Amino acid sequence: MAQRTTEIIVGLFMIAGFAALLVLALQVSGLSLKPAGDTYTVYADFNDAGNLAPRGKVSMAGVTIGRIRDITLNPETFQARVAIDIDAAYSSIPADSSAVIRTSGLLGDQYIDISVGAGTDSLSAGDDFYETQSAMNLERMITNFATGR
Amino acid sequence: MASSPYISFDNVRFSRGEHTIFEGVTLDIPSGLITAIMGPSGTGKTTLLKLIGGQLKPSSGKVTVAGHDVSTLSRKALYELREKMGMLFQSGALFTDISVFENVAFPLRVHTRLPEEMIRDIVLMKLEAVGLRGTRSMMPSELSGGMTRRVALARSIVMDPELIMYDEPFAGQDPIAMGVLVKMIRDLNSAMGLTSVLVSHDVPESLSICHFACIVSDGKIIGQGTPDELREHPSERVQQFLTGQPDGPVPFHYPAPDSASDWGLGEMSR
Amino acid sequence: MMESIARLGRNGLTAIGSLGRSGTFLWRVLVGVPNPRVGTPLLIRQLYSVGVLSLVIVVVSGLFIGMVLGLQGYTILSDFGSEQAIGQMVALTLVRELGPVVTALLFAGRAGSALTAEIGLMKATEQLSSMEMMGVDPLRRVVAPRFWAGFISLPLLAVIFSVVGIWGGMLVGVEWLGVFEGAFWSNMQSSVSFTEDVMNGVIKSVVFGFVCSWIAVFQGYDCVPTSAGISSATTKTVVYSSLAVLGLDFILTAVMFGGF
Repeated sequence: MAQRTTEIIVGLFMIAGFAALLVLALQVSGLSLKPAGDTYTVYADFNDAGNLAPRGKVSMAGVTIGRIRDITLNPETFQARVAIDIDAAYSSIPADSSAVIRTSGLLGDQYIDISVGAGTDSLSAGDDFYETQSAMNLERMITNFATGR
Repeated sequence: MASSPYISFDNVRFSRGEHTIFEGVTLDIPSGLITAIMGPSGTGKTTLLKLIGGQLKPSSGKVTVAGHDVSTLSRKALYELREKMGMLFQSGALFTDISVFENVAFPLRVHTRLPEEMIRDIVLMKLEAVGLRGTRSMMPSELSGGMTRRVALARSIVMDPELIMYDEPFAGQDPIAMGVLVKMIRDLNSAMGLTSVLVSHDVPESLSICHFACIVSDGKIIGQGTPDELREHPSERVQQFLTGQPDGPVPFHYPAPDSASDWGLGEMSR
Repeated sequence: MMESIARLGRNGLTAIGSLGRSGTFLWRVLVGVPNPRVGTPLLIRQLYSVGVLSLVIVVVSGLFIGMVLGLQGYTILSDFGSEQAIGQMVALTLVRELGPVVTALLFAGRAGSALTAEIGLMKATEQLSSMEMMGVDPLRRVVAPRFWAGFISLPLLAVIFSVVGIWGGMLVGVEWLGVFEGAFWSNMQSSVSFTEDVMNGVIKSVVFGFVCSWIAVFQGYDCVPTSAGISSATTKTVVYSSLAVLGLDFILTAVMFGGF
């Protein structure tokens, strides 16, 4: 085979490899090429963060509006303090909205759903959610039910 | 024997594992002449060539080629020295994935930066010298055994070396191919003044073209001299090798236990 | 009894000796960078025969493995009513494990054995010796391009394998079994992390590429130059590469995902 043809085929092979890596990055892992600057961070304290994980979904009315950045323990209240990056495009979330941990499907991942409040003020960077609702814990619910409390 | 030695072996010992191949070989190979090294198969004649080319290093002793002690040369210097050597391998050792032309052009492309037309001219000239200019676009697999060896010869002389080594050039060749090779080896030597070293066990062909011959057996040189001197050599082993007697100092039977013990004849007679 | 202990010791020494030989061999291959004018065309030719020619087997296997994963995943997950997690399962399995590992195993069988046989045959037909006698280092000329071609090709093939596999899983899950496509992708995207999953998979395949190519070229270069020697070297390439890949995979997985 002519050297030139080989070169072209090998070139195509390399391009295919890098294109595949790009597909893995963008389509499979959902990596965004947009700069990370256009988000703002708010916090929510939960009594029980359940199985929430960093990079988990944060949604409002079923639409993803942000991601969980990290989860730490608040040393004063012993609550889980979750930092949430919200897309800057959604800048007018009412300040009295509440953050609820929900599960997708029966065994799916847990995510944070934001229930819209009625206030006129908006959440801004660094604010805390006024009201939160922790992860539903089946085991605890059953225990509570059985002991009649 | 007026010319000075091009290669000299000074008490060279070589062993592989526990097996000693050479024990104290001392030999001078004269410059510009054809030297034949003969001996029964399995006596390490090819090893001798590899010692000259520096592919193997002697366990003790010294191999000097063109004034350089081969075993002490750096890798780089050794590769430079090898550019002055050509070697014709027993199998030809052509590169099977490139054409005859590219095979012959290979050393030129690696070692020189000659323009393409000049490479073409040199390669065709060398192929013409071995009578195979017409095969330039063939692949090595399409050549017969004799032609393969001739192409390999063209490749070994393409850099115009000072020394050329032939490893069993006549083995397995038909009479015509053998005649062609004998003629080419002789012509190359006289036309280019090459120092030639020929390793072979084909006695008549080797003696007919060499100026000087030596016979190696059991790790030692058992006889050396001009072909005429060798034919008159007093040693029985030399005579056995030259005339091809089946039995003699080199016995027909490989050492074996007493035949009586193998066939149980001793017990029967008891 | 004494004899078997002696044999054990002898074999041990032989093994250590050949490990040492392969180490110095690797060192000489790595430092012997040929000049680009000569080296690049050689590398490209090897990339073609090592990489491009392995593409078909990698794509076909990737497709089928992805489809099987989709099918199996669906059967298991639908019992729990969470068949939309199929995308997540297929993608994580492929990107983290099956992509690098299966590609490396296929590579050892398809390209590694061919490399060993080719170099071994060149040794047996004295082509390597004659190259040395022409003042050309066969390590640079023959071995180095093949080693680097394997090293470069394997990660590319592994990534292609994963993508084709995920596509095969989607074909089965979404097109045939009717999992909702949006859930398929969004589940996948929210659980696959680029740095932790994709890049760790790529790192694995880089390591496998290095090891498989090393084993293949060394076995060829070190083989006994007879037909029996070449065939045993080829077998060794496949066996050693497979064992090395599986063993290293466990170690790498433990380091990357085991939280050590």
